[in-house]
Amino acid sequence: MHVVVVTKNTPDTEATITVDANGGANWGDKMVVNPWDEYSITEAVLLKGAHNVKTTVLTVGTEQHAEALKHGLAIGIDQAVRVWDAALEGDDSLVYARAVAAAIKKLGDVGLVIFGKEFADSASDAHIYQVARLLGWTMLGFVAKIDAVDFAGGTIRVQRLTEHGTQTISGKLPAVISVVKDINEPKYPTFIGIRKAAKADIPVWSAADLGVDLGSGKVKVERYQELPRREGQVELIEGATAQDKAAALVDKLIEEKVL
Amino acid sequence: MDFSLSEEHVMAQQMVRDFAQREIYPTLKEWDRKQQPHPRVLPRMAELGILGINIPVRYGGQGFDYLTLALVCEELERVDTSLRVVMSVHMGLNSMALLQWGTEEQKQRLLVPQARGEKIGAFGLTEPDAGSDPVSMHATARREGDVYVLNGEKMWISLATKADHILVFAKTDPAAQPAHKGITAFMITSDMKGVSTGDIHGKLGVRAGSTGWVAMQDVEVPAENRIGEEGEGFYIAMSCLDNGRYTVGAGAVGLIRACLEDSIKYSLERRTFGKPIAEHQLIKQKIAYMQQWYDAARLLILRAGWMKNEGQRNTRETAVAKWFATDMSVKAALEAIQVHGAYGFSDEYDVERYLRNAKGAVIYEGASEIQQLIQADYALGFREDRPLRCELPAYDVDFWQEEE
Amino acid sequence: MSGVWVWIEQGDGKPLPASLEALGLARQLAGSDPVTALVFGQGVDSAAQAAIQSGADAVIKANDASLAAVRFEPYVALLDKLIAEQKPGVVLAAATADGRELMAGAAADAGAGVLTDVTELTLDGDTLRAVRPVNGGKVLRVESIQDAGPKFATLRARAFKALEPDAGRSGTITEVAPVLAEDAVSTTIESVEHEAGGVSLTDASIVVSAGRGVGGPDGFAPIRDLADVLHGALGASRAAVDAGWIPYEHQVGQTGKTVSPDLYIAIGISGAIQHQAGMRTAKVIVAINKDPDAPIFKLARYGIVGDLFEVVPALTEAFRKRLN
Repeated sequence: MHVVVVTKNTPDTEATITVDANGGANWGDKMVVNPWDEYSITEAVLLKGAHNVKTTVLTVGTEQHAEALKHGLAIGIDQAVRVWDAALEGDDSLVYARAVAAAIKKLGDVGLVIFGKEFADSASDAHIYQVARLLGWTMLGFVAKIDAVDFAGGTIRVQRLTEHGTQTISGKLPAVISVVKDINEPKYPTFIGIRKAAKADIPVWSAADLGVDLGSGKVKVERYQELPRREGQVELIEGATAQDKAAALVDKLIEEKVL
Repeated sequence: MDFSLSEEHVMAQQMVRDFAQREIYPTLKEWDRKQQPHPRVLPRMAELGILGINIPVRYGGQGFDYLTLALVCEELERVDTSLRVVMSVHMGLNSMALLQWGTEEQKQRLLVPQARGEKIGAFGLTEPDAGSDPVSMHATARREGDVYVLNGEKMWISLATKADHILVFAKTDPAAQPAHKGITAFMITSDMKGVSTGDIHGKLGVRAGSTGWVAMQDVEVPAENRIGEEGEGFYIAMSCLDNGRYTVGAGAVGLIRACLEDSIKYSLERRTFGKPIAEHQLIKQKIAYMQQWYDAARLLILRAGWMKNEGQRNTRETAVAKWFATDMSVKAALEAIQVHGAYGFSDEYDVERYLRNAKGAVIYEGASEIQQLIQADYALGFREDRPLRCELPAYDVDFWQEEE
Repeated sequence: MSGVWVWIEQGDGKPLPASLEALGLARQLAGSDPVTALVFGQGVDSAAQAAIQSGADAVIKANDASLAAVRFEPYVALLDKLIAEQKPGVVLAAATADGRELMAGAAADAGAGVLTDVTELTLDGDTLRAVRPVNGGKVLRVESIQDAGPKFATLRARAFKALEPDAGRSGTITEVAPVLAEDAVSTTIESVEHEAGGVSLTDASIVVSAGRGVGGPDGFAPIRDLADVLHGALGASRAAVDAGWIPYEHQVGQTGKTVSPDLYIAIGISGAIQHQAGMRTAKVIVAINKDPDAPIFKLARYGIVGDLFEVVPALTEAFRKRLN
C-alpha cells in the first residue's frame, strides 16, 4: 500500500513582490517548500511510522521544484518522482490535476493522496478536488485530524474544519485528502534523510510516460497587478489617559461610519 | 578554488535554522532573563542529531563534515550564544578530542553515547587562578594501581551541572620540567564519587547558558578513562582548542549575522526626518561594515573548516578566525545597538543581548590578547607547529558515512 | 445556453451571507439572463425563498436525506448532471471549504475552468475575468476563462454585495432528485461540533484580533470582551495560536483564515507579512501596540500606542457607552 504526497516549491513567504510594466511578477530567487506541504509531508511520514505503507513525494513542475522533493525525502519519505511536460506550462488546475492523477495511477496501489490545503503562491486548491474527481476517489478536504485509517480494511475517518464547525466524517479508501495546519507539528529533515536526499536520483516522467493526454487549460493568467495603495498614513490617537484615547478612537470610527 | 556549499550543507544549515528559530527563539528571552538554560535546547539537539553532527556514523554520529559543524554553529548563535556553547564544549572540546585521541575502545564506550546525545560532554581545563596560563594548574592525578586519584577545582565550565562526561586535565607529574609535560587528560563522569558541580550566576552575558564549576575530591578515575598518554595532556588540551575555537569563531559569525539582519530590518522600518533611517548615510556605513565583517569572518572560518576536512594542521588559521570573528561580533553588536537607538538599549529588542553575549567570546577559549600573541609568534617565526601523535582525522566521506 | 447559477450554501437552514453576496454578483453579471439558485439539502424551502428574495429568478432544489449535509460525491454528481443538461454560462459559489471543493469538482467533470477565491469578477460575452489576491495577498492576479461552455468561480466572502432582500420578488422553483443513492456514496458524516457563541471569522464585519502581546491565554479575556461588545469575531495571530493560547480556528494569516471585515482591530500584533496575508483587505484597520515601530502601523488607518491591558478595557467601555 502506497501513500502519496503532492508538493511544490513556492516563493519565500517573506519575499517582496514587484510587478513590472508588462504585468509580470517578480519575487526573487528564494523558494521554499509550499508552507502547507510541511504538514502533508509530515503526515505521510507519521502514517509510514504507524502503518506498513510506502511513501512517495510527487511534484508536477520544472527542475526548480526538485528541491521540494528533496525536502520530502530528507524528512523521511521513501521515494520521489517529478512529472514535467511542456503541456504543463501555464496555471490551469485541471491540466495539472490530469498529470497528478495519471502519475498516481502509474505509481499503483495508492491508498491515500495527501495535499497541503493550498498552493501558497497561486492561492489555489482546485487541483486537489479535481484529482479526486478524475480518479473517482473519496475526497476529504480541510482535514485537521486523521482519527483512524485502516489501509487493509479500506476505511478512513477524519475531522474536517469547515465554516460550519468541526465535522467528523468517515469514508472509503482510496481517498484524496487536504490537510490544514492543526493536523500535526511539522517535522524537520533528519541528517540521515538529508544525506539520502542529496544522493537521490529522481525520475522525471513526461505525459508520454504517463500515457495521458493533458489537454489544454481553460484558465489564462493575464497579468499581475499591484495592490491598491492604502491611502494616507496611520493617524495615531493621542490622549492623556487610555480612557481619553479610547473615547477619541470611538468618535473617529463613528464619524467615519465604520460602525 | 570552490566556494560553493554542497546540497547536504545547505539542507543541514536550513534544518538547524528552522529548529533554532521556531523552537527556541520565541521563548529564549524569558530564559535569558531568568538566567536559566532553555529546557528544550539539550534534549532537542540530542534528538535531532545535532550533538553528533560531524562524528562518523560508526561512532553514533551523523557523518557530516567539519564545515557542517561551522554552519551549524553559525545558525545556533544566530538565535542565541547559549545554543552554540553546547556545540563548543560537547563537540569541539570533548567529542572531537575523543575522535582525535581516543582509543577504539574509548570511542565505542565514550564517544558513541555522546554523539547520540545520550551523554553530554564538557571540558575542564581552566581553574580559578589558571586561565590563559593553564600550565600553572593545581589539579593533580595520582596513580594508584588501576585508578588515578584526582583532586582539584575547575572553573568557568560550560554545562558543568548538565554534563555526564567531563574531559579534565590534571598534573600527574607536578615536578615535570618543562611543566606542561606533567599534565594528563582524563574523562571523569559526573556520577563518580567525589565529583561535585555547581552553577555560576550573575554573568554579563550568555545568561541562558549553563556555566559552573567542577570540584574533584579524591575522585578515583579508572585508568581506562585516561585519554592519551601520561604527560600528553597539554597537547591534547591545545588540540581541543583548535576545535573549540573553531566553533566559537563560527558562532561569532552567526552573531555578526544576527546584528546585520536585525539592523537591516529595523533601519528599513524606522523612519526619521521623513525617511527610513536606512537611507541615512551614517546608518548605511554601519550596515556596510557589518556586511564586511560577516563576509571576512565567515571566509576565515570556512578556510579553517576546509583545512580540517583536508587533514591539515590549522592551529594558526583557526586562531586568527576566532580572534577576528569574535572581535568583530563585539563591534557589530555595538553598531547594531546604535542603529536601534534607545530601543536597542532596552531588552525590547535582541541587540542588547547580542552585545552581552559577544563579550564572553573575546575572553574564553583564548582571549583576543592571546590570539594576537599567537599570530605574532607564528609570523615572527617564534612558534611553529610540531606533528602530534594523533592528528584530527581528515574527513573521509566513506569512513564517516559507512554504516557498520 | 447562458444564465448564471449560484450554489447556495446553508447554515442552520439559511443561506450563508457569502452565498447571498454571490447571488448579488450573479444578478449583476447575468444582465437580462436568468439567475438560478441551486439549493440542495433537506428541508430547503425557506432557503429557496431566501434565495429568490436576494436575486434568484429560479431555484433548482433537491430535497433528500442523502443531501442533508454537504458531501463531495453526491453534490458534485448532481451538479454535474444539471450542468451537463442545462449548460449554464457561469456557475458561482462562495469560496468556503465546501464551495471550493464543489466548484472545482464540477469543473473537472465539465472539463471547464475554475477561478478560485476571487475578489472581482466580470463577464464579457464568453469571457469570465477575475481578480484574485495571490502570494499571501501581496499581489493581485488577473485570470480569465474564454469559453462558450460553463465557467466556474468561487467568491471571497465580503468582496461582493448582496442585494437587499425583497419579499415581493417571485421565482420559479423546480425540484430535482439526487443522482446518487445513499449506498453509492462512500462517505458518512458522523458528527459536527460548533464552537459555542462565536461569530464566523470570514463572514464577520468586525474582527478583533490579538497576538503575542497578550502574553498568555488569560490575556484574551479583555479581547473577547471587546469582540462581544462589537458583535465581532475573535481572531488571533499565528504566534498566539502556536503558543497554545487560543485554538487554530481563530488564526488569521497565511496558514490561517483570510478575512475582509469593515473593521479589523489588531491588538498586540506586530503585523508580520504572514499575518498581513490574512487581513490586508480589511476596510479599516486599527492597531493597538506598545511598539510604535511595529509594521502593523503601516497598514493601519488609526493607531494607539500603549499598553493593551489599559487601552482595550477602556475601548470596550467607550464602545459600550456609545453603542447603547
